[in-house]
Amino acid sequence: MPDAVSLKVNGRALTVPEGCTVAAAVALAGVTAFRRSVTGQMRAPLCGMGICFECRVTVNGQPHARSCQIVCREGMDVRTDE
Amino acid sequence: MCEPMNSLNHNYDVLVIGGGPAGLAAAATAAESGARVAIVDDNPGLGGQIWRGEHKKTSLPEAANWLHRVQAAQVEFIPGARVYDQPEAGVLLAESFDGVLKLGYRKLILATGARERFLPFPGWTLPGVAGAGGLQALVKSGLPIENKKVVIAGTGPLLLAVAAYLRKRGAQVLLIAEQTSQMKLLSFGLGLWRSPGKVFQALQLKRELAGIQHLTDCWPVAANGNGQLQSVTLRRGRKTWEVACDYLACGFHLLPNTELAVFFGCALRDGVVQVNEFQETTMPGIYCAGESTGIGGLDVSLIEGRIAGLAAADQHEKARALFAERRKHQRFADSLNQAFAMREELKELPQADTIVCRCEDVNFARLKNLHQQGANWRTAKLHTRCGMGPCQGRICGGAIEFLLGWPAESVRPPVFPVKVGSLIKVIQKQ
Repeated sequence: MPDAVSLKVNGRALTVPEGCTVAAAVALAGVTAFRRSVTGQMRAPLCGMGICFECRVTVNGQPHARSCQIVCREGMDVRTDE
Repeated sequence: MCEPMNSLNHNYDVLVIGGGPAGLAAAATAAESGARVAIVDDNPGLGGQIWRGEHKKTSLPEAANWLHRVQAAQVEFIPGARVYDQPEAGVLLAESFDGVLKLGYRKLILATGARERFLPFPGWTLPGVAGAGGLQALVKSGLPIENKKVVIAGTGPLLLAVAAYLRKRGAQVLLIAEQTSQMKLLSFGLGLWRSPGKVFQALQLKRELAGIQHLTDCWPVAANGNGQLQSVTLRRGRKTWEVACDYLACGFHLLPNTELAVFFGCALRDGVVQVNEFQETTMPGIYCAGESTGIGGLDVSLIEGRIAGLAAADQHEKARALFAERRKHQRFADSLNQAFAMREELKELPQADTIVCRCEDVNFARLKNLHQQGANWRTAKLHTRCGMGPCQGRICGGAIEFLLGWPAESVRPPVFPVKVGSLIKVIQKQ
């Protein structure tokens, strides 16, 4: 599939359509909560446009990446807070 | 055009920040007047929020027109880059996923758009609760929504557009809860006869929304679920009831993004960027167009963008010829903002333990106590860290202004949190 990108979300391999954001890939992987707040509550994207920082995940080892603003690239390793 | 750039040191006659309708119109008109123009935007594609995703293949004639014009006029596009500092006059630093870009400019046009206003209510931090425009943006970028049950709530014309879009994408839109009164909505609707184009749009939207329950005078009082949204509790008059759903898409109209303008020293008036008739801010050579100068919608954004683009390219007479059209669109915007003004009862939404600041998990009781003791916003920030997390008060600031009357404050660089490496680049420069 030339129009698809393969990546890993929490160690699980999946293929998503090209142009998909990391936030969408996380949802496609069946993960509903993205990060833990400072008091430990589970959170997920609110604004969808890079302002609220609720969609933060770790991308290729880099923490605090705003998943709603980053387009999936081949071989990306995405981790959400457990 | 549309080639991402990784190298540093680019110089432009006109640099436009923001690739939504206002930014596109500004960039196209400036470039068509002979200026070397670039658009820098933190999103992956052109179009802003309203035309998100339309750069790939658009069905909207207006979007197609402006996307074509920027391309034909050879406007450069720098995607995925967020401006965070100005180390010296005429130079900006922008951070992208791949590193830091240094951008030189002669004239600057700010077209930073708007964000949704959010109000805190019990459960609004649960996964499954998103903004109305927020959920639409997520779905546009690939979030699966087919067969999901969605309740749409809040206020503003955006709710209807989002409902129509999500339905088209296969969502089960259960209900639209609009906080404004039937009376206000009716008088706004009657005022539409002055804009035949808007009547057509409204009728088309009505067809697309056929069968979806649309309640005025109705708002969410709680989102319920254990670690994940399961239902929303709605109120209308004395009636309160619960609706099971997968998503609550909730936004209370829009707030202008003014942080960059403030950072550049541009004055605000009534919370929006102050501009003269040529869309120039109080800082010479810096223009502002679109929602940041006041929430006005698509038509106002386009005409303001065109005027700013022409003025930045020294085509003042051509810009002047557009003033009458701008006045007409602004009148429509004024009646729209009046129709969707927020009702006082919404101030009772947050409970004592409702989180207001999602970055630092500050609850309403702590802020209300400080407010009752006569504290100002700055003191409240220092005591609670409210508004001092990564979003820097962009989400809670608008809510707090409405709930407690504390106005938003100035920003300091970096305008957004950046990586340490990007800051070192600023220090090395000094």
